[in-house]
Amino acid sequence: MTADRPLLLAVDLDGDGAHPAAWRDSGRSPADVLSPSAVRAAVALAETAGFALATFDDAPRPPAGEGLDAAGRIEAGTRAAYVSTLTDRIGLAPTLHVTTTEPFHLATQLASLDHASRGRAAWVVGAADAADDLATIGAPALGADDLRLQVRDVVEVARRLWDSWQDDAVIKDVATGRYLDSDRVHHVDFTGHAFTVKGPLITPRPPQGQVVVVAPSELEIDDLADVVLVAAPDLDAVRARADRARAAGVRSVFVDLEVVLDAAGESAADRLARLDAATGWRAGRRLRHVGTAAALVDLLAALAPVVDGVRLLPAVHRLDLAAVLDDVLPVLTYRAPAAGATLRESLGLPRPANRFVA
Amino acid sequence: MTDADLETAMTSTDSVDTGAPYDPDAHVHLGVFYTGVGPQIIWSDPTVGPHVAIETFVDLARLLERGLFDAFFLGEGLRVRENRGRVYDLDVAGRPDAITQLAALAGATEHIGLVATQNTTYNFPVDLARRLASLDLVSDGRAGWNIVTTDNAWTGANFRHGGWLAHERRYERAAQFVESALALWSSWEPDAVADGPDAKSWSLPGAITPVERHTDLVDFRATATVPASRQGRPVLFQAGDSDGGRDLAARYADVVFSANTDFDKAVAYARDLRARLARNGRSADSLRILPGASVVLGATPQEAADKARWVREEQMSPARALAFFEQYWGTDLSGYDPDGPLPDIEPVDGELDPSRGTIPIELRTGKLARIAEWRERSEREGLSIVALAREVAPGHPAFVGTPSQVADSWTRYVRTRAVDGFNLLPHLTPGSLIDIVDTLVPELQERGAYRTEYTGTTLREHLALPPVGLPG
Repeated sequence: MTADRPLLLAVDLDGDGAHPAAWRDSGRSPADVLSPSAVRAAVALAETAGFALATFDDAPRPPAGEGLDAAGRIEAGTRAAYVSTLTDRIGLAPTLHVTTTEPFHLATQLASLDHASRGRAAWVVGAADAADDLATIGAPALGADDLRLQVRDVVEVARRLWDSWQDDAVIKDVATGRYLDSDRVHHVDFTGHAFTVKGPLITPRPPQGQVVVVAPSELEIDDLADVVLVAAPDLDAVRARADRARAAGVRSVFVDLEVVLDAAGESAADRLARLDAATGWRAGRRLRHVGTAAALVDLLAALAPVVDGVRLLPAVHRLDLAAVLDDVLPVLTYRAPAAGATLRESLGLPRPANRFVA
Repeated sequence: MTDADLETAMTSTDSVDTGAPYDPDAHVHLGVFYTGVGPQIIWSDPTVGPHVAIETFVDLARLLERGLFDAFFLGEGLRVRENRGRVYDLDVAGRPDAITQLAALAGATEHIGLVATQNTTYNFPVDLARRLASLDLVSDGRAGWNIVTTDNAWTGANFRHGGWLAHERRYERAAQFVESALALWSSWEPDAVADGPDAKSWSLPGAITPVERHTDLVDFRATATVPASRQGRPVLFQAGDSDGGRDLAARYADVVFSANTDFDKAVAYARDLRARLARNGRSADSLRILPGASVVLGATPQEAADKARWVREEQMSPARALAFFEQYWGTDLSGYDPDGPLPDIEPVDGELDPSRGTIPIELRTGKLARIAEWRERSEREGLSIVALAREVAPGHPAFVGTPSQVADSWTRYVRTRAVDGFNLLPHLTPGSLIDIVDTLVPELQERGAYRTEYTGTTLREHLALPPVGLPG
């Protein structure tokens, strides 16, 4: 269904790359990844290359736990906000977790990111549920049912809160002294399974109306999502999951693609073997390309009729993202966002009507 | 300000006891407290920019950098203000999340400190500490946290456990929360991260210590994901003026954001606070006192006074005056003439709803006595509803005068160490701040009481505070 439209490209910019041992090939001091200059340089590279969306992976815990690899990570929403005033076209999608935050703060933060970026905010829905994640808020582990309900409730209440101010709520009517029309600012009175939220949000409606909600496919919340991000091990599984998402009414489907390319005189397979010898990179969950840039171009061409976009997860940014920029993008047809476009415009998603407007 | 004040301001032998010695070289430290909501900002003025647009904030922050300010503060309010059950419509309302907005400003500025007001009641300690430390990293050491408490169920209706914290335990929770944040922020050894990509492991074994607390007020186990910033950790601001607030400040704060702008009150406050500091083993220079203040400047004293009257009239319009008294009467007063006498009806029984968020905490009790006092005063002085509201509602400008007069006054305040500077509450954005940057700052510089360039890079350095980790 998307054969007539070129692919959209997204990239995850967390850390030194998607491979847990990426820092070993980063060519820089490990702590540099935690500097503002590293964050802005990575986003600038992706924006200039024409990526429609940058995601910022995150978790309540250190990325590599207690192991040999990266223990540091700047909170994703803060990273995204930091680059919002340094960019003008790329979408910015931090992972925020529904389980270890306050839903009201989460909705406020994302609405604020949308204002700061002038309509380029998205949210990768996170649902960290390990005992160590929940221990950060002193909560017990969640059962599968409670987790599922929690995810649905937080996404639902965020969406209601983003609508709680109508677009025309601020009237600045000097004659009557009224700054806003209180009939256009609404309590949401949300009652979830484990919490309630009164509303309205403290932040006026985001420029996009609703922040773009990006739902990892394993969360199975397609009905609440703007974009479903498919994690599947092969093309057939990707196609099946994408079809199911579309059947649920999802307008935009992206697929996750892990990328290891020939680089620096070393074959992709050798590079991966070397990194894996340091720390194993779990395979078989997501599509993975290990090989030449030319073969990656072919794979992307094969994905173009199946999905709307591809999120690249370069194993090592310094090498694999660079190789994508140098050897893949110049020969690929893809849709780059226009300066000043909102993310919804870049993704071809409509600006939603407000549920509180009769 | 009287002539006698001015004369005193010019002498160097002020012998007031502020708990710190007279300092002829003291500098005025300035911040701006951008509440983003409330009656302070005269939104009806056509020069006032849109209140949520990022451009408004970027322009303001850059203006303050031109004026060599220490910090730009954002306020916090976790529920949109209401009046008798409806969203209050007369004031500016709606604002961004402070940390998100300040992170966006970190990308658009180079020098200014970025301070987020965040409460300790409806936040999770690990989550908030991490977000503040992240702001500190992306701003390269320019972050601050203005610690506040929120205690009521009305605000709590937006959160998972609304109203969980008893009012009298709010500072106990705040202290444990702050202590938790400090523990997380110092849980990475200074050399925790390997110095090159060839190291055996990314971080040195044992150099990052997990932190846990398990009390009835703070309960978590976590490993911090961010190291110390260039300034060590976010600068801590504390605003509470109550006894509990002062104790919290004396234990933890780097800066207090007090309400005491009157000179004598400021002196008494400084003396009290510095005595508390000493009891905590801290020096007088380990804490900066920056009261919130509004300033109205004019080319002549008369022009300044006229402008101050205009500001007051705009901030307390007839409609706002009725709304102000409605909070106390607890009923609709829209049928009363704002230019007429106070309502003759009796107020609705019961104390003020403590929750609506439009009345300062100290005014939330004793409503009947206050109404009786107002009635007596309005009869005695012949004050209408609106005239009385302009007299009794909080928010009078603290400093009104020519740039030269205000500069003389402030120079005295800082040299006597009654305060270390001010946290300004603008009434026109950016207008009233442009006046301060262009006319008052040069007067202060002429007196040797203000920096002529940024000499440090971090907020802690701007405030001339001792480095983190050294005994205060």
